[in-house]
Amino acid sequence: MSQPIRLKDHEKDARLVRSRVVVGAVAVVVLICVLIARLYFLQVIQYDYHSTLSENNRVHVQPIPPSRGLIYDRNGVVIADNRPSFSLSMTRERSGEWTQVLDTIVQVLELTPDDRIIFEKRMKQGRRPFEPVPILFELTEEQIARIAVNQFRLPGVEVVAQLVRHYPQGEHFAHSVGYMGRINEKELKSLDPVNYSGTHHMGKTGIERFYEPELHGQVGYEEVETNARGRVLRVLKRTDPVPGKDIVLSLDIQLQEAAEAALAGRRGAVVALDPSTGEVLAMVSQPSFDPNLFVTGISFKAYSELRDSVDRPLFNRILRGLYPPGSTIKPAVAIAGLDTGVITASTRVFDPGYYMLPNYDHKYRNWNRTGDGWVDLDTAIMRSNDTYFYDLAHKVGIDRLSAYLNKFGIGQKVSLDMFEESPGLMPSRDWKRVTRRQAWFPGETLILGIGQGYMQATPLQLAQATALVANKGKWNRPHLARTVEGQKPVDENPMPDIVLRDPSDWTKVNHGMQQVMHGARGTARKAAIGAQYRIAGKSGTAQVVAIRQGEKYDRSKVQERHRDHALFVGFAPADSPKIVVAVMIENGESGSGVAAPVVRQVMDAWLLDPQGHLKPEYASNAQPPETAAREE
Amino acid sequence: MKSNFDRILSSEDVMRRRATFLQKIHVDGPLLILLLTLAAGSLFVLYSASGKSWDLLIKQATSFGIGLVSMFVIAQLEPRFMARWVPAAYVIGVLLLVAVDVMGHNAMGATRWINIPGVIRFQPSEFMKIIMPATIAWYLSKRTLPPHLKHVAVSLGLIGLPFILIVRQPDLGTSLLILASGTFVLFMAGLRWRWIISVIAAAVPVAVAMWFFFMHDYQKQRILTFLDPESDPLGTGWNIIQSKAAIGSGGVFGKGWLMGTQSHLDFLPESHTDFIIAVLGEEFGLVGICALLLIYLLLIGRGLVITAQAQTLYGKLLAGSLTMTFFVYVFVNIGMVSGLLPVVGVPLPFISYGGTSLVTLLSAFGVLMSVHTHRKWIAQV
Repeated sequence: MSQPIRLKDHEKDARLVRSRVVVGAVAVVVLICVLIARLYFLQVIQYDYHSTLSENNRVHVQPIPPSRGLIYDRNGVVIADNRPSFSLSMTRERSGEWTQVLDTIVQVLELTPDDRIIFEKRMKQGRRPFEPVPILFELTEEQIARIAVNQFRLPGVEVVAQLVRHYPQGEHFAHSVGYMGRINEKELKSLDPVNYSGTHHMGKTGIERFYEPELHGQVGYEEVETNARGRVLRVLKRTDPVPGKDIVLSLDIQLQEAAEAALAGRRGAVVALDPSTGEVLAMVSQPSFDPNLFVTGISFKAYSELRDSVDRPLFNRILRGLYPPGSTIKPAVAIAGLDTGVITASTRVFDPGYYMLPNYDHKYRNWNRTGDGWVDLDTAIMRSNDTYFYDLAHKVGIDRLSAYLNKFGIGQKVSLDMFEESPGLMPSRDWKRVTRRQAWFPGETLILGIGQGYMQATPLQLAQATALVANKGKWNRPHLARTVEGQKPVDENPMPDIVLRDPSDWTKVNHGMQQVMHGARGTARKAAIGAQYRIAGKSGTAQVVAIRQGEKYDRSKVQERHRDHALFVGFAPADSPKIVVAVMIENGESGSGVAAPVVRQVMDAWLLDPQGHLKPEYASNAQPPETAAREE
Repeated sequence: MKSNFDRILSSEDVMRRRATFLQKIHVDGPLLILLLTLAAGSLFVLYSASGKSWDLLIKQATSFGIGLVSMFVIAQLEPRFMARWVPAAYVIGVLLLVAVDVMGHNAMGATRWINIPGVIRFQPSEFMKIIMPATIAWYLSKRTLPPHLKHVAVSLGLIGLPFILIVRQPDLGTSLLILASGTFVLFMAGLRWRWIISVIAAAVPVAVAMWFFFMHDYQKQRILTFLDPESDPLGTGWNIIQSKAAIGSGGVFGKGWLMGTQSHLDFLPESHTDFIIAVLGEEFGLVGICALLLIYLLLIGRGLVITAQAQTLYGKLLAGSLTMTFFVYVFVNIGMVSGLLPVVGVPLPFISYGGTSLVTLLSAFGVLMSVHTHRKWIAQV
């Protein structure tokens, strides 16, 4: 269309538009005919079908909730299953004056006004028209009978069988598997309304929450024809739900029970994991609670008892309990010292019973007031010599120390699949500047070297830091799910492995930790007496209340609840670690005296057969205790 | 040139004879009669669909009154005068859409409205429904027809910007209507058939490639549900299943006014807005819907006559696009409620409850009237 002079030809434009008007008119007529054909199809050809549906009956779409995936321990023992249970449901649109019907229910079942308030609250959570809302769970035989007798007074009220979550192991896995509860309004907003249209419960904590999408499955539905009273006459179309995925945990119920028995009723936490895979073998937080209480709605009284108990049974000590790691962090600090080159294994420090920074007169005390004399790395770990580590931390400096301990997972979430894990705290210059608006003081570096000060870690982090020493820096995020429907969980955000300039540094620290258990002056040698295998371990003490300069910790003066927490971490067999155990005992005071025997019992339960011999699969490459710890 | 001159003379003659009162006040009689018929019918259906709500009825009647006033005012404006202000209006419209976009992201939710409390509250996207075709008509009326590739590209750019802003709101229905209104101007301007065909031909392999190589399963699922809502009976499919049953049970003559059972009982949450045709179909049957379609057809026919008779190219393009877009409303709404098309949220013009869309539609008819009644009796060369 290249014209030398662009003159608009109005007549031609008008013809062009007119031709398009004709095309448009034809299209309009054709498409209107399509619409009429469609309506003819619906209103004339399918008239009988639609009119029967609408005359006396109605079409309803009913969601069919998928059955929730089951949870097993590593040996296939059921930890969470679904149990049929009868519940009372009410359909508001069919009940007429539904508040009056509620009154009748309360009267028939002889319930309290409190229950009625709960019923009313639950009714208000109904989401779609003609949706039966469950208002009372776990009906007894007698209650079902009473409802049946009074059915004529209770329009829109039905007894329905549904599957509810059940935890046959009770308290054992409350802190790892978690529990389910009713979906609240806030959660409802974040869920897919279609997929949850038949579901009234969801995972609230633990595995139940973390793997909620996998466990839940995909909703199914059926189109049903009902009569005016809402009774289903026939199913027109059905799409089956896709059941949730089953999860096999790495937890071992026997080890879990052994760990609980080892705690012997004391408040505390035990974590056991397999360092080569990151699988968590046992996860105990004591005291615990019965997760079954929460499934169908816990009574207010029972809940406040749990919540307000001084023993804090609802508190997940493994994931949320924050403790100064104490001396248990010394192996990691030693790695930092060796790898930065500020010490070698043979570096010696003289310990007079305290350490003093140059130009300061503050005395940083060793726990052993008389001092250990000249100490090298091996002795320092074996004796848990504070003076040595003050000196080491001072030489490494806060920046490098903070960086190394970060690599060990302190100050960040370490787990792969645990809900609401606390990141803990690894202080640094920047952290202190931002949060406290203060400069970093050299003395604060010293106490970090013995795991005190601002540093805070969860028992899980302590176990993972120990697993890294056992596993020579290879990171495997601790995880509870061994498989989800046969698939191993994938770590989408893997931690970088800790690579040392000299990998034999791992062996040096490992050796020191073995001396703790097996050395003549090892702090926890009593816990290793009679062991069938070599153990590497480290004790620690987490202060609950600070002691002033020059004052001595005197247990008789300290209230029971203010006594130090006892910590112990360890792994075994020392030369080819199969299990890492971290133990925290609240107000247990002595890591080596109180926590170490618990670690030993858990290790025995995992490594020994019922006759008390090392299981052959663990013995294969284990050497007699005397010659152990000589690798590479 | 002579024949042309004759034609103009003769039409001047005709026009002078027919210069009635209605033409002096710039109102088109046939359009007005059809619109008033629709309005009356709409109130009947709405009364039933809303569960006999006088409140709703009065609101709708008020909106209709406001719409008629707006139509009357717009009909007084000369098309040339309007054309002069169109570019500025386009810029303002786009700026308002951007403002809605920004505010919406801050307010975390309602993203379609401009709301200055106590002063004004409106949807810029409604405003664009008229400005969009006017802008493209203004732009193309200054070019040679059929439009060159360059001018087509510019037009598509002008359409694309507000389209994307409205998709982001997200308001798929309105954005498609705006896309259609702009594209119809191109079509009316004689966009070459081979381009139209090649775009369609290119779209198919691109879509297939997207489907197989670029889309995740969940995205595919979403599109499948969109194309076939009945596969998702707990979501949007719910409405479709119920509206089909409602329409189908109406039969040929319907159940009678206020006698519809299906549409009154709980099932149709949007029975008085987007899904109102289901009520009409149930209560007045195939006959009722055909009567409605007839009125729509007459309105569209009148619009196309106005297009053909318009004296300026701008008027032709604008009138043609507005008429065809009006048809898109009708087709998409009835198509989606009867289960032919995906659910995109387009109201049934003049019948669905909703003041904003009513005022916009009547304003568009005001534009048609303006194009038709402001005639020059001397050829513009």
